[in-house]
Amino acid sequence: KKLNISHSQITRLYSRFHSLDKGENGALSREDFQRIPELAINPLGDRIINAFFPEGEDQVNFRGFMRTLAHFRPVEDNEKNKDLTSGEPLNSRTNKLHFAFQLYDLDRDDKISRDELLQVLRMMVGVNISDEQLGSIADRTIQEADTNGDMCISFSEFTKVLEKVDVEQKMSIRFLH
Amino acid sequence: MEGAWEIAFVFFQVWLSIVVGLIMLPAMFGVSLGFTDIYIKVLVKTLEWATLRIQRGQKEQAALPSQSANGIIEKDDGSMQEEIGELRRSHPKNLAGGDFTLCDAFYFCKKGIENIVEDQVTQRFTSEELASWNLLTRTNNNFCYISLRLTIIWGLGVFIRYCILLPLRITLAVIGLSWLVIGTILVGLLPSSNVKNWLSDLVHITCYRICARGLSATIRYHNKENRPKKGGICVANHTSPIDIVILANDGCYAMVGQVHGGLMGVLQRSIVRSCPHVWFERSEMKDRHAVAKRLKDHIADKTKLPILIFPEGTCINNTSVMMFKKGSFEIGGTIYPVAIKYDPQFGDAFWNSAKYNMVSYLLRMMTSWAIVCNVWYLPPMTRQDGEDAVQFANRVKSAIAHQGGLVDLSWDGGLKREKVKESLKEEQQKMYSSMIIGSDFNEASLSLLLSVSSPDDPSAPVKGSGGL
Repeated sequence: KKLNISHSQITRLYSRFHSLDKGENGALSREDFQRIPELAINPLGDRIINAFFPEGEDQVNFRGFMRTLAHFRPVEDNEKNKDLTSGEPLNSRTNKLHFAFQLYDLDRDDKISRDELLQVLRMMVGVNISDEQLGSIADRTIQEADTNGDMCISFSEFTKVLEKVDVEQKMSIRFLH
Repeated sequence: MEGAWEIAFVFFQVWLSIVVGLIMLPAMFGVSLGFTDIYIKVLVKTLEWATLRIQRGQKEQAALPSQSANGIIEKDDGSMQEEIGELRRSHPKNLAGGDFTLCDAFYFCKKGIENIVEDQVTQRFTSEELASWNLLTRTNNNFCYISLRLTIIWGLGVFIRYCILLPLRITLAVIGLSWLVIGTILVGLLPSSNVKNWLSDLVHITCYRICARGLSATIRYHNKENRPKKGGICVANHTSPIDIVILANDGCYAMVGQVHGGLMGVLQRSIVRSCPHVWFERSEMKDRHAVAKRLKDHIADKTKLPILIFPEGTCINNTSVMMFKKGSFEIGGTIYPVAIKYDPQFGDAFWNSAKYNMVSYLLRMMTSWAIVCNVWYLPPMTRQDGEDAVQFANRVKSAIAHQGGLVDLSWDGGLKREKVKESLKEEQQKMYSSMIIGSDFNEASLSLLLSVSSPDDPSAPVKGSGGL
C-alpha cells in the first residue's frame, strides 16, 4: 500500500517536472526554476535552486530532480530508501541537516567560513542591515558554534548546535494522499 | 454528377432552414426552445454514470487516486514570524542581541522546496485538472482504460461532437458574426436617435445570443437587479474572450480594447458605427492619462452604455482571481463587479494563449460538450474616503473571488509572461531583517529601512535603491 502512494507521488512530480520544463528537452535549467514567482522572491532562492545542480552542471534531469526532493520525504516514509552510500536514506535527519549545511557552504569544501556566512546572511537580509552589524552577527554565530577554534563551522559543529531543533518536521514535505 | 449536386443543395437548404427556424429566430426573440436544456440534462446523467464506472474500475484495479482540489502537498500557513519563531524555540538562544540562528535557513529552504513542488501562481496559467474524467480525450490525464461500455460512450461522444455539433456550431458562429457586422453597419447609417440606440441594442444582443447558441452555452444569471447601468464600469474576472459573449447575452456594454487587424478589426470597426465603443491604438495604450481621460469622458456621458473591463489584463484559468490593475479603479464612477464561473465538467473555457491560437481555441470550444457557467451580478461599489485605487481594486477583487468561489490572489497575471518584480524579494528581506534586528534597533538601521520604498504604495516617492 505504501508502494502505491509513492507511485502516485512520482507521477505527480513528473507532471510538475514536465510543466516546469518549458524547453521540453527533458531537463530543467536554472531559468526554469526562476519562473516560479514564489521561489524567485525567496531570499535563499538561488541557493535552493543551486542544490539541484551537481558541481559544474547546468541541467538537471528528472532523476536528479527526484533525488534532491527525496531529502524532504517525511522520516516515517522509510520503506523505500534509494541512497547508494552506506545504506542511509536520503531523508534521514543527518542528510536533511547536510542539505541545509550546503545552503551555507558556498564552495562545497565542507566548512562554513565567516565569509560564506556573511554572503548568505546578505542574501537573507538584503540592504536592510549594515555591514558592521552583519559582521558582528556572523562573528557571534561562529563563536557560538565553533568548538575546535578554526573560525569555521564544520558539519559536526553545525549538527551539534542544531541538535534540539525538530529537523524531521521542519525539513519535510507531506503529500496530501 | 448533376444529381449529386442537386441532392447536396437540397440538403443544404434543409439544413439552413432548420438552423434558422429552430435556433436563430428563437434567439432573436430571446426564447429558448429547450433543446439545450434537454441536452445538458442528458449530458449530466451520462457523466455521472461515467464517473461511477471509473470509480468502480479504479477500486478494482487499485489505480491511482485523482488529484484533490486542495493541492498535492500539505502547506503550513504560518507567517514568516511564526514559522521562524517556532524554529528558534528549540535552539538555545544567545542573548547578546541580534536574533540570527543557523536554523532560520530551514524556513526559507522548506518554503522554497514546497514552491518547487507546487506553487500558487504557475498553476493558474494552465487548464484546471478535473477530479473525474468527462469523456473528452483532451482531459484524459492518468485515466486508464476501464471498460468497453465506457469506451463506446466515449466513441459516441466523439462522433456527436465532431460530426453533428461542430458543423452546427460553426454555422451558427458564422451567421452570428456576419449578422453582427451587417446589422451594425446598417444601423450605423441611421441618424443618432433613440430608435438607433434601441436597434443597436437589438442587433448586438441577437448576435451574441446566436453566438452563445453556437457554443451550446448555458448561462445562469444571478441577482439581475444589480445589472450594470449606463455611466458605470462593469468589471469581471477574465478567463477567455468568450466572457464577452457570456456577459453580452444579458445586457449591452461598450467594449474597451486595442485596435486589431484582420477579422477582429473588421468586427471592431463595424460595431463602433452603431454605438460608441472605446478602441485604442497601440501607441495610445502606453499613455495612461490619455486612456483614463477617454474612459472618463465615456462614463460621464450618461447616454452611453456601461464600459466592460477585465482588470486582470490577461486570461486566468478560472480557479482564482489575480491582481486587478488599478487603472480602471482610478477613473471614478460606479463599479459593477461581476463574477463568472465556468463549470469545467462540460468544457474548459480557459484560453491558454501560449499553447493555442484563437482559431484552435475556438475549435476546441466548439468540440466540447457545452459551456456551462454562472454569472453573479454583485452590488455596485464606489471608492470610499481614505481608500486609494489599489485598496479599492483589492476590495472589488475579494468580493468577486468570494462570490465565484475562486481563490483570491494578489499575484499579477502578467507573471504569465514576465518575471516577478525585484521589489517583492526586497519585501521578504525586509521582513526577515526586522526579525534579526528586533529590539536591537539603532539609528543606522532605521534610516536604511526607511530609504527602501514600499512597492505597494504608489504615492510614495521612490528614493534609494528600492526602485520599482
